[in-house]
Amino acid sequence: MKRTFTAAAVAALMTGSASADLVIPDLSYRTGPYAAGGIPFSDGYQDYFALLNARDGGIGGEEIRVVECETGYNTEKGVECYESTKGEGALVYQPLSTGITYQLIPKATADGIPLHTMGYGRTSAADGEVFNWTFNYPANYWDAASVAVNYLLDENGDDLSETSVALVYHDSAYGAEPIRTLEELSAKHGFDLSLFPVTPPGQEQKSTWLQIRRERPDYVVMWGWGVMNQVAIQEAANINFPMENFIGNWWAGAEHDVTPAGAAADGYKALNMNRIQDYPVLGEIQTQVIDAGMGAGDGTNVGKVLYVRGMYAAMLAAEAIANAQEIHGVSDITAAQMRDGMEQLEITEARMEELGMAGVGPSFSVSCENHGGSGEGLVQQWNASDGVFEPLTDFITPDDAVIDPLVEADAAAFAEENGISPGCL
Amino acid sequence: MLYREAGDFKTTYRADNQTFPILFDRVGFWITLAVAWLIVPLVINDYWANAILVPFLIYAIAAIGLNILTGYCGQVSLGTGGFMAVGAYAVYKLMTAFPDVSMVIHILLAGGITAIVGALFGLPSLRIKGFYLAVATLAAQFFLVWLFNKVPWFYNYSASGQINAPERFLFGQAITGANAGPTAQYLICLAFVTFCALLARNLTRGTVGRSWMAIRDMDIAAEIIGVNPLRAKLTAFAVSSFFIGIAGALFFAVYLGAVEVGEAFGINKSFLVLFMCIIGGLGSIFGSFAGAAFLVLLPVALKVIGADLLGWPTQIVSHLQLVVVGGLIMFFLIKEPHGLAQLWRLTKEKLRLWPFPY
Repeated sequence: MKRTFTAAAVAALMTGSASADLVIPDLSYRTGPYAAGGIPFSDGYQDYFALLNARDGGIGGEEIRVVECETGYNTEKGVECYESTKGEGALVYQPLSTGITYQLIPKATADGIPLHTMGYGRTSAADGEVFNWTFNYPANYWDAASVAVNYLLDENGDDLSETSVALVYHDSAYGAEPIRTLEELSAKHGFDLSLFPVTPPGQEQKSTWLQIRRERPDYVVMWGWGVMNQVAIQEAANINFPMENFIGNWWAGAEHDVTPAGAAADGYKALNMNRIQDYPVLGEIQTQVIDAGMGAGDGTNVGKVLYVRGMYAAMLAAEAIANAQEIHGVSDITAAQMRDGMEQLEITEARMEELGMAGVGPSFSVSCENHGGSGEGLVQQWNASDGVFEPLTDFITPDDAVIDPLVEADAAAFAEENGISPGCL
Repeated sequence: MLYREAGDFKTTYRADNQTFPILFDRVGFWITLAVAWLIVPLVINDYWANAILVPFLIYAIAAIGLNILTGYCGQVSLGTGGFMAVGAYAVYKLMTAFPDVSMVIHILLAGGITAIVGALFGLPSLRIKGFYLAVATLAAQFFLVWLFNKVPWFYNYSASGQINAPERFLFGQAITGANAGPTAQYLICLAFVTFCALLARNLTRGTVGRSWMAIRDMDIAAEIIGVNPLRAKLTAFAVSSFFIGIAGALFFAVYLGAVEVGEAFGINKSFLVLFMCIIGGLGSIFGSFAGAAFLVLLPVALKVIGADLLGWPTQIVSHLQLVVVGGLIMFFLIKEPHGLAQLWRLTKEKLRLWPFPY
């Protein structure tokens, strides 16, 4: 048993290092309590790379090889996945888990592999001078909190002094992230903020929502993920909380979150960093990847909120690879070159249109100082009868005057704790 | 033939009372130690350290700790995860407050703090037994996780409530933080495992261990022959928590580097360590190692074989893993309720008679 295992491990490591493709590890989770969100994201992420391979022969003539590793949203398995894939020449990690991100930030920095935590992970990683190898463009949690508040300001004629906002959050590193920003914003705009932690995974929320019914906040903002979202939306429907006053963040606004509540979920709002509509690129994926039998999943997720987000993440990675190839003049880039490609990435409206996904995300550029992108997000609303999330607003700009000092302070604290002297590479 | 007592003469009481009275065992023990200390550090790489050996060693310490309480003293505990969290948060507070003090001292102190907390939560064991005690320790599990989530002082007021291990050195080598090499991580864990296992082995052979076992076998009879149940039970809780605290401290500082209490030290962790003890064998130090190895190695082995070699879809492998591990646990519990340690004992019995069994 032990010998077969050793042989297996050696064989696995050898087959990995033999080829010279562009290696993209996909730390996915298709099992466990968060699988409903993990599956469409991973499908979108892998299918876009499969499309590039099938249509363009990879990027710059180099085939892309996606290595999938199942984490189950579990940090220990995440570490195992990271260690087993990093030797294969991994270019960038996208763990889709705040917990795993916190593990990987120091490890990836030490190993010199960039980490892209798109809209999750450690918010202060936006400070590129402290977090040289971590990127969280196009937006982070604190941007999301600010975008939500800016949307409420817009809805209430720029005055929130008489309003009360409740934050229902996943009681974990992920859910606790927006609290500090919301507290600052509550002080600035004078709204009343109350906090409702939900114990992960969040199947039991009766008492939380009874309390909300008693306190009658004007708005509920939710930081949820996985089964927690479905339960919260169902419970909100049970206490007849008006859905149009219920706003989820971008991890709490996918089809599988609202469909269990049926028609009662109609009008539920959520943030998104992508506009959900019918893009030409989705048609290409359908014909060249799914119909060709090369899809990562069964193809039923194409075009869904998290599928589009996974595809968007893959697009950003692919653009960074192309950028790195251009900067360094080689097609078979290394992880360090990938980092340069990410740091000098610029996504424009014209480029997104060229890629067949016009307006899928905000236009932004990355720099050494700012790894966080523009921070813009939009608000979408669930239409239960048609079964789609419809974009309600255009991309909303966050309040950088509040967020920037917070990012700076948190990054400075991290730098001090870990003895990092901030600077560009 | 290979394994026998015949011809292995003891001429002193000391030789007769040693830990491994049979020559073959003794040689095996020293060879294992030599391989672990001298050969493995030369060949270890990042993957073997972080995915297999470091978690195995840390879980072995935790399993030894729980085995002292449950296996030797008969007190069922479901609070292991919570006690590991105490160790982790204690070492985090200590290493950030006193950065210049050696990590070895911090880890031992973290174990000591956990011992105090463990003894405190062990107080109900003087009144209640069995399932009721299990529920009381379950309360410890939930209370401790809630406490570390709720009070920002424990995580130094960080925005997310995560704790991150800063870089610390021992003999000029980084042992925590991202730049810690696999050899350093492995050796620090191995040092603590060796220390804990030797300590546990010798405690269980002496007066303290015998009083634990007397309490386990029949507490009223033990009290009648003069064993003080207060002292026996509380020392079991304290010593067990000391080990579990060390395991928690290493788990956070050396292995993961960043920890979120609910995810890393939840009730699942308590069950995992309990399963290690049960599968390995209650009341056996070797069993703690065997159980930890079984539950750490098996999922990784299945993943490597299923996903990397056979190329099956990852979710199928992951689900299959649950089925196989669950099935094997049931198989062992039915076929060998006393765990892997008992299998090893039976093997040794057979070896003694081999090749001429009667």
